[in-house]
Amino acid sequence: MPQNFLEWVWLVPLLPLLSALVMLLVGRSLPRAVVSWLCCGTVGLSFLVSLGIFRTLASLPAAARVYEKVLFTWLPAGMFQTAAGLAEFRIEWGYLVDPLSAVMILVVSGVGFLIHVYSVGYMAHEGGYYRYFGYLNLFMFMMLTLVLANNLLVMFVGWEGVGLCSYFLIGFWFLKKSAADAGKKAFVVNRVGDAGFLLGIFLISTTFGTLSFTQINAAVAAGQLSLGSGVITAITLLLFMGATGKSAQIPLYVWLPDAMEGPTPVSALIHAATMVTAGVYMVARTNALYQLAPLTLEIVAVIGALTAIYAASMGLVQNDIKRVLAYSTISQLGYMFLACGMGAFATGIFHLSTHAYFKALLFLAAGSVMHALSNETDIRKMGGLWNRIPLTARTFLIGGLAIAGIFPLAGFFSKDEILWRTFSNTDYPVGFRQVLWGIGLLTAVMTAFYIFRLVFFSFFGQSRVPREVEHHIHESPPVMTIPLVILAALSIVGGWVGIPAALGGSNPFEDFLAPVFQSHAAAASVEATAQGHGLELGLMGVSLVAAAIGIGIAYLFYLRQPELPDQWAFRFSRLYKLLFNKYYVDELYSAVFVEGPLLGKTMGNSFARFDLKVIDGIGVDGTGWFTRFSSRLSIWWDTWIIDGSVRALGFTVRLLSWPVRVIQTGFVQAYLFLMATGVVVFFFYYVIRYRDEIRQLLQLR
Amino acid sequence: MVPTSHYLFLSAALLTIGVIGVLTRRNLIVVLMSIELILNAVNINLIAFARQLASVEGHVFAIFVITVAAAEAAVGLGILIAFFRNRETVNTDEIDLLKW
Amino acid sequence: MMFYQVTFYVLAAIAVVSALLVITRRNPVHSAIFLIVTLLSVAGLYLQLQAEFLAAVQIILYIGGVMVLFLFVILLVNLEVTVRQEPFNRMWWIAGVAALVLLAELAITYYLGRQAFATPVVSAAALQPNTELIGRTLYQTYMLPFEMASLLLLVAMVGAVIMARRR
Repeated sequence: MPQNFLEWVWLVPLLPLLSALVMLLVGRSLPRAVVSWLCCGTVGLSFLVSLGIFRTLASLPAAARVYEKVLFTWLPAGMFQTAAGLAEFRIEWGYLVDPLSAVMILVVSGVGFLIHVYSVGYMAHEGGYYRYFGYLNLFMFMMLTLVLANNLLVMFVGWEGVGLCSYFLIGFWFLKKSAADAGKKAFVVNRVGDAGFLLGIFLISTTFGTLSFTQINAAVAAGQLSLGSGVITAITLLLFMGATGKSAQIPLYVWLPDAMEGPTPVSALIHAATMVTAGVYMVARTNALYQLAPLTLEIVAVIGALTAIYAASMGLVQNDIKRVLAYSTISQLGYMFLACGMGAFATGIFHLSTHAYFKALLFLAAGSVMHALSNETDIRKMGGLWNRIPLTARTFLIGGLAIAGIFPLAGFFSKDEILWRTFSNTDYPVGFRQVLWGIGLLTAVMTAFYIFRLVFFSFFGQSRVPREVEHHIHESPPVMTIPLVILAALSIVGGWVGIPAALGGSNPFEDFLAPVFQSHAAAASVEATAQGHGLELGLMGVSLVAAAIGIGIAYLFYLRQPELPDQWAFRFSRLYKLLFNKYYVDELYSAVFVEGPLLGKTMGNSFARFDLKVIDGIGVDGTGWFTRFSSRLSIWWDTWIIDGSVRALGFTVRLLSWPVRVIQTGFVQAYLFLMATGVVVFFFYYVIRYRDEIRQLLQLR
Repeated sequence: MVPTSHYLFLSAALLTIGVIGVLTRRNLIVVLMSIELILNAVNINLIAFARQLASVEGHVFAIFVITVAAAEAAVGLGILIAFFRNRETVNTDEIDLLKW
Repeated sequence: MMFYQVTFYVLAAIAVVSALLVITRRNPVHSAIFLIVTLLSVAGLYLQLQAEFLAAVQIILYIGGVMVLFLFVILLVNLEVTVRQEPFNRMWWIAGVAALVLLAELAITYYLGRQAFATPVVSAAALQPNTELIGRTLYQTYMLPFEMASLLLLVAMVGAVIMARRR
């Protein structure tokens, strides 16, 4: 039932949401085993459904691989005026299944499932177990919504949602100040980018009158807007601003290194494999717009390349194993944006998936090392662990080889494709693209260096582990090592779906994604390859040599002559200080935006004071005063008017009954006296009145 | 023959004396006796007119009045005794419970 | 005829005077005795009015029954205390005034119509034999009121017995 299976696409995000809700409501009272099975199980089920969707989609002919499933109409807003004329604006909550989203849900749910399983072991001794898994599952729901969304607004829901879950999870150990601050920083910096994203969404809605991807693509294909028009450039730049925030590019990358305060599986999932790739995904999804704005693409590529080398330079000198990996992530994301900027969207997505495998592997392996060393993250306190934690060490090595881009592991194919596309993209002038290629190559050298610095320094050589920790070194339990093994296998074979024609492959990955990207770059690269595979093979060789150089330098510095790093740090002390302190960017941002007089705390404080005194004063205190006043009014009314009328009634009765009352003396003779008086009076009356008749009567007789 | 009006004057006098006794005396027994006086005055009136009009109904009526007087005296004195047993007094000033 | 008027005036005087004494005596026993004297003189007046049966009934019933009852009851209540107490209540003068006004009214009325209340025209023997006539009227014309009167007496008797019963 090929078509019918795609109908179940809504299960993919829903299952993790359900387990997240269960955690939220009753998780506290559930035993750990139930939490583990439930949360991992739902993600596993999501992965299976994603597999089914992928297979179904693959079984369809290439042109028919688009399926939209609408669940309900969310905002039926009505007609409004756009640049394209009168449009009916409606937002539906719908899911779009096409090759791009199929690949994404596979990566997200698959790697997510492995990380969930790993977390069962990693978080086994931590408190707040149910809360962790609840947040993690909520994150899965948000990410899958983001990836499956059929319009920009639902994608934005997921976008914000993953930011929120990132905040929760970075600050998981919220009682630790640095963790809480890191969570806040992540959320605030993301928000800055999201402002741009929102403005981009608004511009799109006024230009196209719709936010649905299929409709936007149709509008672009119908040729509504000209190439390079100002509106499109503005839209794409604003959207890219959101991407820089979420995907940690210059200038909004500062939150990612601090985000390492969170638990290591969180760093693996959110800050390596999935959330940070949301920006890349977003650019790929709206590629139709980007292809109409070559200026933006240029900017994207430049920022991507610059970020790559900038982050790699900072990763050279960090001593915290997770920090190095964080800068590595920023750097690799730069590669992905470079690819997108070059029009090679499919290549960017390819690198996204391979990066997910080996970066998740590296983070989880690092977590395994920390687990063995009682949460030690400083690589200066590691060493000689190769034989002590063999499985962890070997998988870490595989990850390192993959990220360095060594043939035939996954990283080689994807990174190489990016470099090739950069070098050969005829849309850009010759000198320009070579410069970018050179930056990418240099970054590859640095990448190889810092990763193997980690490998050699942490696992080989003399053991610098402190005595009391050394006794407890042990390999992690299978629930943690099995995901490592699986990810290592993926890191080896994951690139083989994208073997280029130059090496005799058919690059099925790019073909699969081609209908989504209908790009010029595909045509361009076909042109380039028509020139001959020679250039491509040559460049591949160059990048392999670059990687080897990096590994070699690391070997020299950390195994052969371990005194060299300190000597070089001393000789280039100013440069070293600059790199070590992250170019003082954090301090700059803090001075301008946080503490600064115009933008920072002062303004915030004055707003807070306004809120407290004026708004709270009028609104809250005023309401309170008014309530008390009106209640006093009520009291007066009740006492004097309401009670008064009742009392007046009683008073009137008493007043009117007074004459009658005072007669009731209880004294019988008084009553008789009154009777006698009455008789007298009546007698008098009748005698006087009828005296004539009486006189007559008496005279007659 | 004595004119009827003389009898009427006598009856009025006795009536008035009886009324004064009822309204003025503190002793309840004397009050009851004054009521008997009033009833007797009425009887005189009735018999006087019966003689003038040669009607025997007057006599019959007078008998009924005496009957009622006897009954009323008996019941009244019974109540008085019951009351006296509770209150140890037969003074009308002190028997004033039925007031507001 | 003179004898007739003299007896009237004498009996009337005795009746009025002893009535006055009834209401003014401090001692209730004295009041009772003087009431008996009043009733006797009234009985005499009945005889004068050719109402023999009624005179007899007056003496037997009223004096012999009711007044004896009164005397017994007077003995049951506190005599010693009563004798020392104030005989008149606090509204004696207004009551006196009202009664005198009543008297005046009646007197004036009777005086103005004295022609109508003249000597009877009918003969003295019109109501003879008195007892027989009364009996006949009572048992024939006024049978119902007679029975009701007997019922009334029964009720009064039962009531008096219950009232005076020792609880």
